[in-house]
Amino acid sequence: MVKTLLKSVREYKKPALATPLFMILEAVCECLIPFMMTKMLATNDAGIVPMSQILLYGGIMVVLAMISLFGGVMGGKYAAIASCGYAKNLRKDLFYAVQNFSFKDVDRFSSSSLVTRLTTDVSNVQMAFQMCLRIVVRVPMMFVFAIIMSMSISVKLALIYVIILPFLAVALILVIAKALPFFRRIFKKYDALNASVEENVSGIRVVKSFVREEHEKKKFDKASSEVKNDFTKAEKIIALNSPVMMMAMYAASLLISFFGAKMVIEGGSVSNGIAVYGALAPADVSAVITYGVQMLSSLMTAAMIMVMFTMSVESCRRIAEVLECKPDLVSPENGLKEVKDGSIEFENVNFKYAKDGEKFALSDINLSIKSGETVGILGGTGSSKTSLIQLIPRLYDVTEGCVKVGGADVKEYDLNVLRREVAVVLQKNVLFSGTIKENLRWGNENATDEEMIAACKAAQADEFISSFPDGYDTYIEQGGANVSGGQKQRLCIARALLAKPKILILDDSTSAVDTKTDALIRAAFMKEIPGTTKIIIAQRVASVENADKILVMDGGKIAACGSHEELMKTSRIYREVYESQTRGGNAEDKSDELPGGIE
Amino acid sequence: MAGMKGGRMRGRTIQKGAIKKGTFSRLIKYVFKYYKPHLLLVALCLIVSAGGGLISSLFMQKNIDDIMNPGILGGYESVAGKLRTFIIVMGTCYLLALLASYIYNRVMAVVTQGTLYHVRKDMFEKMETLPIKYFDTHAHGEIMSTYTNDTDALRQLVGQSLPTLVSSMLTLVVAVCLMLWYSLLMTAVFVLCSALMFVVVKKVGGASSKYMVAQQRSLAAEEGFVEEMIKGQKVVKVFTHEERAKSDFDKYNETLYRDATSAHVYGNVLGPILGNIGNFTYVFLAICGGLLFASGVKNIGFSSLKTGIVPITFGYIIPFLGMARRSTQAVNEMSQQVSMIAMGLAGASRVFAMMDEEPEKDEGYVTLVNAKRGEHGELTETKERTELWAWKHFHKADGTVTYTELKGDIVLDHVDFGYVPEKQVLTDVSLYAKPGQKIAFVGATGAGKTTITNLINRFYDIADGKIRYDGININKIKKDDLRRSLGIVLQDTNLFTGSVMDNIRYGRPDATDEECIAAAQLANADDFIRRLPQGYNTTLTGNGANLSQGQRQLISIARAAVADTPVMILDEATSSIDTRTEALVQDGMDKLMKGRTVFVIAHRLSTVRNADAIMVLDHGRIIERGTHEQLIAQKGVYYQLYTGAFELE
Repeated sequence: MVKTLLKSVREYKKPALATPLFMILEAVCECLIPFMMTKMLATNDAGIVPMSQILLYGGIMVVLAMISLFGGVMGGKYAAIASCGYAKNLRKDLFYAVQNFSFKDVDRFSSSSLVTRLTTDVSNVQMAFQMCLRIVVRVPMMFVFAIIMSMSISVKLALIYVIILPFLAVALILVIAKALPFFRRIFKKYDALNASVEENVSGIRVVKSFVREEHEKKKFDKASSEVKNDFTKAEKIIALNSPVMMMAMYAASLLISFFGAKMVIEGGSVSNGIAVYGALAPADVSAVITYGVQMLSSLMTAAMIMVMFTMSVESCRRIAEVLECKPDLVSPENGLKEVKDGSIEFENVNFKYAKDGEKFALSDINLSIKSGETVGILGGTGSSKTSLIQLIPRLYDVTEGCVKVGGADVKEYDLNVLRREVAVVLQKNVLFSGTIKENLRWGNENATDEEMIAACKAAQADEFISSFPDGYDTYIEQGGANVSGGQKQRLCIARALLAKPKILILDDSTSAVDTKTDALIRAAFMKEIPGTTKIIIAQRVASVENADKILVMDGGKIAACGSHEELMKTSRIYREVYESQTRGGNAEDKSDELPGGIE
Repeated sequence: MAGMKGGRMRGRTIQKGAIKKGTFSRLIKYVFKYYKPHLLLVALCLIVSAGGGLISSLFMQKNIDDIMNPGILGGYESVAGKLRTFIIVMGTCYLLALLASYIYNRVMAVVTQGTLYHVRKDMFEKMETLPIKYFDTHAHGEIMSTYTNDTDALRQLVGQSLPTLVSSMLTLVVAVCLMLWYSLLMTAVFVLCSALMFVVVKKVGGASSKYMVAQQRSLAAEEGFVEEMIKGQKVVKVFTHEERAKSDFDKYNETLYRDATSAHVYGNVLGPILGNIGNFTYVFLAICGGLLFASGVKNIGFSSLKTGIVPITFGYIIPFLGMARRSTQAVNEMSQQVSMIAMGLAGASRVFAMMDEEPEKDEGYVTLVNAKRGEHGELTETKERTELWAWKHFHKADGTVTYTELKGDIVLDHVDFGYVPEKQVLTDVSLYAKPGQKIAFVGATGAGKTTITNLINRFYDIADGKIRYDGININKIKKDDLRRSLGIVLQDTNLFTGSVMDNIRYGRPDATDEECIAAAQLANADDFIRRLPQGYNTTLTGNGANLSQGQRQLISIARAAVADTPVMILDEATSSIDTRTEALVQDGMDKLMKGRTVFVIAHRLSTVRNADAIMVLDHGRIIERGTHEQLIAQKGVYYQLYTGAFELE
């Protein structure tokens, strides 16, 4: 997981490595400065600090402070560049990974969870990464440096730290080890708590309809009390941290004061009635104590970081999951670059959505469509019409059997080539925020204005687009909220037409379009794109009546296949649907949606 | 959902980052309300540790000098007693500080978590009483963020920033007082230097927050793009638009990176800059002190009251410098909290805004009670659960109580309604449903179908006209009882975390397991539930994320079935249901409708055709009504819709 995540650092390796170096620079200065302070203000035997001493050490301090300022500012800058850059790369890698997902992968992760991973989770990881760069190296450095400095002053006094610290470390580890499981549990409970709020927000109609407000309040109170109790317990355990650390450090400074004073006194000598310090001066003793304080604060920061890291682990996991996901459907290397023609063949195709699914969505499909034919597909909801056509542009892979386009197995084609030649107008289609032109260019990036107008004319969209004040430059709101359902469908068809595909598939794409316009669109197809293979899934018999071939789907199988006349004679289902629609008759329709575009 | 969409407002009611006036004092009052003794104890601990810290460092400095020099001169024995006293005094100081810190941390854990608990509880309890309108006019993400981001910010504020602020302030105040004690002149120099710090905080902090806003904006832009693309991922794939999507994304990502980097740079450098200004100040003050000493200038400080005006000595300068250092550190600590505090207060503003929302009003007094029939057919109230329910109607005028049998007779009489006063959504809608009848609503998106159902259970109140339930004006019926008598199945199913059984029982808390299973059987849900890993005890999470949309709908039908209400409202859309369960869902719906008064937003031929009445809605008016046959014969809009000759715009 860590390896996967670190791969995204890339061009930000330099700032990422520079940050800790600058931080070390800052840390070194920060360790030296207090030492200089004590040196600067060390009184001589007359209780006076000579001006020359102030200027000397003051000068050194100013230089050190400048270096520290430089280190701190540069470290801060590079930390910002590295962490923001890392976040940028992570987002990019995630987004790119999602672009390579198959339909199945998208179904599996669900789009809202993918969005969360790209946003909230990345922010969490970014925070942790920045902390890592700025503090994780710096803290131990400060610590080690502080010990070295105290050693250099007096090994004996520094030994007191060396003896006390292991005890302290053990105590801290015990405290944190005791608290961590609590924290882990809390995060789970906390998620559950938020989930329950979310349920209430989105399900408020249900709560109010069934008058369960009191029940929900009780449920929430219980969940929230649990969080509170666990959190309080964990924080109370953590509350031991700081007294334990303080105790160790205070004990150390008392011991150092005591032994330090003794050593100063014993090492000192008297000359001319004035005290002369030996190897150890009083200023040294206070310096050693100052380093103790520094060690203490390093330790405290370290303890805090450990808790914060556990919080980002979950986000890391969720991001790595996406990055490590191997798309379950990939373009073959050196795939075919050309689709010969628009012929389609299904050979003994069986298909199910999940490997371990119990039921086949499609079974025993054998079908042959010649290039340029128009094929209609009818069938009740649940008869797997959509599943059938999704196999042609290889949006899903067949479970058994094979699908051929232009005489070659779809698996042999370069995916982009195949999908460019097989245009699908999806049932649940979307327009994107942007102008109409921008949306149309999805079909063909280099389409000229004339081509766009021609495609829109064929899709019977030109008329209403021209009626907009801004015409083709009209801005479409996110999800196409400012055009009607029928208009949206016609724009989607125009978009697909612009791709000039060899195969055009309309998956119930005119359900909100009135019958007259629907007929005009089909007539335009005949005239404008006679050579394109057209597959039309429809609810209305009228939409497919004139097709060369009509498939009647039922329960994942092709129940009947033939022309309108043939099917009227041979297929009971077809006949019934036809009669119910043409006469508003009394044939028993199983589950067809109300035609005419009611939602 | 028609009318709601129009009414939903984008953007937050309170802008992200905005702090409402008075939030701070309200927050303090809120915390004090629950934790007054705790907070007093905390304050005491903070004073002890701030004071103890300063005093012990002064004490230590003074005494090391007092002990060591004489020690060298007079030998160790001469100062042994002094040293012992010193250790004892210091030890006591430390012990106090240690105790204060421990008590403080423990108490703060209780205060912080307890406050959060109360905040969440108050918010949630308020939320449950809010009218549906609140939820329709606030983005759900926004409400959620009040519980998550804003509450988290509040935890930072209460648990960390405020105590740090208070203790730094205390340290600063005590240190400055001591500095004044030592020397007024040196203090003045110090104040000048600190003015520089404040200028830097303002400049750098200002730039930082400017870029923070820019970062927030480009973050929102990028998230918007990501959301749109990922929701439309399948279309992206169909058009092999992946490469374009990637390059568009890169643009957003690059802008975000630039703004985020600027924001972070300014945030990161503030600490080092302030810290080192502190160091410079220290040196500068030391030099000043040295010069003052050398020139023998007379020193004025509050200590002069005791000692008289004498020239400054290093006995004063050194501790003064120590205090100056503590002061600059305190200022630095406080500046680090500024952004946290701003965020926390902005969060608190939104939390309080939610607590201040107007709850749903209910002036109804007619209640629903169990009833039994007396010998002469008259209804009387009874405690035990009977199959018979009655409306208990208390008449204020004469003090009598009447009981009306719950039957499910609904009348809408010249109803007008608008989600906002300026825009009328329903105009002059009149209709009736006799017990057991099925009324279907047909019409385009936005015609007002869902709106009508929202009025019957009083999610919204009508502007004009009357709605009667079993002859009683629904405004007189207690909302809870009204809703208890209405079942509902919505297009968007909402399940709750808990077992499948719990979810079905949601419809009626006192239903037995057998009743729940019977309801599941009626809804065609029994089959698939039994095939789940733990059957009826399988835990559902995340709105039943492990189920298909169809399976979720089946459970919601079972939930309505177990409530067994005489009136049902169904939004029977099946557009987002996977094909495998769709037929089952429709069959379940049909069974649920049997024998009840049903209002159905119809999407299917069969529902519409065998409805007792079909209402064709257009722009909030009923433009046609009648049975299927009548409407077909009429050859009006319904006929055109039905034959597909008409496109709804």
